[in-house]
Amino acid sequence: MAEAAVKELEDGGDIPAAIDLRAEYAESGVKDVLEELDRELIGLKPVKQRIRETAALLLVERARRRLGLAHETPTLHMSFSGNPGTGKTTVALRMADLLHRLGYIRKGHLVSVTRDDLVGQYIGHTAPKTKEILKKAMGGVLFIDEAYYLYRQENERDYGQEAIEILLQVMENQRDDLVVILAGYADKMEKFFTSNPGFRSRIAHHIDFPDYTDDELLQIAEIMLSKQNYHFDEKARAVMADYIATRRRQPHFANARSIRNALDRARLRQANRLFETAPGPVDAEALSTIGAEDLRVSRVFSKAKEEQAS
Amino acid sequence: MRITQGAFSFLPDLTDEQITKQVQYCIDNSWAVSLEFTDDPHPRNTYWEMWGHPMFDNPDAAALMMELKECRKVYGDRYIRVVAFDASHGWESVKLSFIVNRPANEPGFHLQRQEAAGRVIRYTTRPYAADKPAGERYG
Repeated sequence: MAEAAVKELEDGGDIPAAIDLRAEYAESGVKDVLEELDRELIGLKPVKQRIRETAALLLVERARRRLGLAHETPTLHMSFSGNPGTGKTTVALRMADLLHRLGYIRKGHLVSVTRDDLVGQYIGHTAPKTKEILKKAMGGVLFIDEAYYLYRQENERDYGQEAIEILLQVMENQRDDLVVILAGYADKMEKFFTSNPGFRSRIAHHIDFPDYTDDELLQIAEIMLSKQNYHFDEKARAVMADYIATRRRQPHFANARSIRNALDRARLRQANRLFETAPGPVDAEALSTIGAEDLRVSRVFSKAKEEQAS
Repeated sequence: MRITQGAFSFLPDLTDEQITKQVQYCIDNSWAVSLEFTDDPHPRNTYWEMWGHPMFDNPDAAALMMELKECRKVYGDRYIRVVAFDASHGWESVKLSFIVNRPANEPGFHLQRQEAAGRVIRYTTRPYAADKPAGERYG
């Protein structure tokens, strides 16, 4: 007994002698988050890789803290850059969950804002507005979508500058209280960071979101439909693949968001078709099948044909 | 003389860490926390000046601590208290309030006796600090 007690003292009370990272990984729930990420998000390989690396770093950092080794709260502010509809907001939500499970933020909620929520309309309006949002985000993640609109180069008296200053101050001084994620299109973000070097130096993780491939988008389309209890028939799937390839070449292509909109319109047409052509009562199968004809009438195809003709 | 109003006022001053925990407790009970300050410590002075709005939708105590820091910068020489308001139906009142900042020097109260008709004595108290005009009372 006495020997055991002495040994415990030598170990320094609660400090464990070793930490099993694998067990830690499973216990902290990080494993669940990462697996969910893999399962539910199609594609985005580099993003998942970066998140996994970040999670590993945070896990090791936490283990170091528990062993009493020198540690410093790592800078967790991030920037997500990528084209519209590549899953930035979705990943930010998962990130908040991840950081919460690892104990780097206390609450794990996500406050998603744009310029309008931070910047006021007249002098003296901006600071309270920005602070209000920051307070709301404390203990969680502040997600600023299209962050570059905060800075308007052409107008040096723009109130956005004031919001930026407050943001920078809080990002620096209250690193334990909240994590800021900036998001937006890659080229504009780059410009934004060049004109606001303060942001670049305070952000440790830059994550690029690649565009989805056609195959991935088709998978996404099928997942979106199955979540709403719809499905494609054989022909419709082929038409959808064709649709994706055609839509990509046209302007304002927004990856998954374009697909969602296309599906919404397809559902509309399907409803219309059933309503007008159904000879008698319809069954569940008919109600949940999107046919090729619902997709083929899309404007995307007629436009592509026009272009070919001209 | 140390003013004892609200909760915890017979204890040593709370540290910031302790304040954070108390505030988080309030927030977790979904009470709206806010800050108030005054330089008139009379116990019947119920309505203190508000510092900003009550925080109805901030899930974390860090938000209030940030405001407290600001408030101390401006009114560090006065009394500041945290007020936790329960907005739920039937309560709609303050559930907890405690002082989080006090002046370095608290001169205390003067007990005044007024001799009235017969041998009646009426008592009243007056803070010594109230001799000076508002805003110049401490520091």
